[in-house]
Amino acid sequence: MTPPILRLWVGGADFDPGAEIAALSKHHGQIGAVASFIGLVRGEDDTVSAMTLEHYPGMTEKQIRGIVDEAASRWRLDGITILHRIGRLLPGDRIVFVGVASQHRGDAFAACEFLMDWLKTRAPFWKREEGAGGERWVAAREIDDERARAWQKPDDNR
Amino acid sequence: MRIIYFASLRQQIGVSDETVDPPTEIDRVDLLVDWLKSRSPAHRRGLEGCARLMVAINQDYADLRSAIRAGDEVAFFPPVTGG
Repeated sequence: MTPPILRLWVGGADFDPGAEIAALSKHHGQIGAVASFIGLVRGEDDTVSAMTLEHYPGMTEKQIRGIVDEAASRWRLDGITILHRIGRLLPGDRIVFVGVASQHRGDAFAACEFLMDWLKTRAPFWKREEGAGGERWVAAREIDDERARAWQKPDDNR
Repeated sequence: MRIIYFASLRQQIGVSDETVDPPTEIDRVDLLVDWLKSRSPAHRRGLEGCARLMVAINQDYADLRSAIRAGDEVAFFPPVTGG
């Protein structure tokens, strides 16, 4: 089976979700489904005024390519787009885009959620919030780990 | 070997990255952590104060029992919060 075409990008600039979905839809002859997710900076009751993201250059790309390989081995996928912003963002700004093109919607939905759950728990990014009370580092949440663990197959150590 | 710190850990230690040359008997991550703690009070506070300290060796996830070698790139960080 041909591996899916991957578009992977990490950077500061905003992205255009519509253009990304159009690109996913166009590339491949046999696709019947495109599923996508956008993560945004939440303005927590107006207490968060900005969020800054940093990452581990090199490891980010390496690990994302690894999880994309795993997704491709579990589902039939034709195209995957993963975009993640870094730098200082404001409430309402887009942070992350995950898009998947496949022949069928079951594979597209599942792979999209799988990749997003992985990004939340294993992609080496860290968030720092600015608010009325000053700056604080965002804490990892147990619920994200639970969601990621739910994808594990027996004997899976990822 | 190159040591890189990220996020709150970097902020606590006050160092983003450093090149170190530990003795050869420091050949495991947990031994390296103990050795790094001795570099400064900030190193000790940062490494001891990091709940669920995570480690990567040459950009792959590892753990406290993983082996380390001269020339490795070892990164320490708190649990990730991307996505």
